[in-house]
Amino acid sequence: MSTSRRLLLTAASLLALLLFWQVAALWAQSRLLPGPLDVFAAMLRATRTGVLPESVAITLARVATSFLIAMTLGSAIGIVLGRSIALNELFGPWLVVLLNLPALVVIILCYVWFGLTEVAAITAVAINKIPNVAVTMREGAAALSRDLDEMVQVYRVPRLRVLREVVLPQLVPFFAASARSGLALTWKIVLVVELLGRSNGVGFELQTAFQLFDVAGILAYALAFTAVVQLIEIGLLQPWERRANRWRR
Amino acid sequence: MSAITIEIDEKRYPAQAAGPGRVVFRRFHLDIAEGAFVALLGESGIGKTTLLNIVAGLDRDFRGAIRFGTAAPRLAYAFQNPRLLPWRTVLQNVALPLPAGDVGRRAAEAMLQEVGLADLAGAYPERLSLGQQRRVALARAFAIAPDVLLMDEPFVSLDEAGAARLRDLLRRLLARRPSTVLFVTHDRREAVELASRIVVLDGAPVRVIRDMPINLTPEERATPACLDAVRHSLDAA
Repeated sequence: MSTSRRLLLTAASLLALLLFWQVAALWAQSRLLPGPLDVFAAMLRATRTGVLPESVAITLARVATSFLIAMTLGSAIGIVLGRSIALNELFGPWLVVLLNLPALVVIILCYVWFGLTEVAAITAVAINKIPNVAVTMREGAAALSRDLDEMVQVYRVPRLRVLREVVLPQLVPFFAASARSGLALTWKIVLVVELLGRSNGVGFELQTAFQLFDVAGILAYALAFTAVVQLIEIGLLQPWERRANRWRR
Repeated sequence: MSAITIEIDEKRYPAQAAGPGRVVFRRFHLDIAEGAFVALLGESGIGKTTLLNIVAGLDRDFRGAIRFGTAAPRLAYAFQNPRLLPWRTVLQNVALPLPAGDVGRRAAEAMLQEVGLADLAGAYPERLSLGQQRRVALARAFAIAPDVLLMDEPFVSLDEAGAARLRDLLRRLLARRPSTVLFVTHDRREAVELASRIVVLDGAPVRVIRDMPINLTPEERATPACLDAVRHSLDAA
């Protein structure tokens, strides 16, 4: 199927969803199920007062910070565990425990231990994401080519160069996979963190709207932020992945 | 003075689920003269690749010692599989063992010119034929002007014409950058055509059953009748 045809099909599908939503709203005739136009109006209102863009920016900054921290630490941990059988046997079970700890528990504990601070919020999100990244990167590091490893050993290629030219390129697919699932997971958890203990950001605005039963407001914030995250995925993540995979046939 | 002295007291493969451990080398000794081209012949699976890996320092799990004539010899290894980086261009692959920066890049370009692949400098290895990939691997090996060159069936699974071209190339490269070569092959004819000494191995454990100098002039090496005569004397033993 050609790209334009696929795009057309996606647009048609989304349009059908909008239509379905509009019909349901008309049928319900309730403030609790506003139609697309009401939500769009709410979005415009919140944009004009400046609260929506500001909240999105604040939340985005939190997502970016915790995402970077989680990717860096998670990758480092994963690569080390993937390269060392002994360390993996020692610390692998810790990862499993962390992986299965509910996000909410980590958030509550961080707020209890570090107070209702920005650091606690970022830490909570990062801790939620680190084990996922580490597990994916561990797979990648364990699958590194032994053949190439021997080759660079014979030719005495310096360590840093081996990392840049041999190790990291092999990890790109794993890095991309954990970045993609990471972005999706991170921004969802950031909203919960904001709802529980911050006084600004999209999560906080959602809570305010919740208390007022302002469903149009809730949907306005949710859709605006989802759109931003999709833009990042299409505009940043996908081009980088294509560039990194240029050598493939 | 020997370029390489191989002294393996014992090398064994550890026992695994698939079977018991076995001794590959016991009191194995081989001296290789400076500038020699030694072809190692022998049944597959007896430990020829293991021997190269031990000399290369990739396999350190053995009792014994490998000594080189020069203090820190530059080693190059042409593996059976070219082992190129698929995500780097041909040029970057050749430059990998060279110092980073312009000097290394220029040396790699000159090397590619020499193996006749200058046109493909910017291509990625997976787009190349196996013969071309082997050329790149040779260019990478010779780029460091190696004191010792290890080769593990580097021309296997090419058609005869392709293999002949690569043998020619190898001879040309060695003429300009003399090196001590350990060359593992199954092909007796290839061994006779290239080597200055043929060592036939048998196992297990590996021992030398034939050790024959080959004193042929370049003209004789290009004559099939001469090659066949030597090959038959090799078989006769």
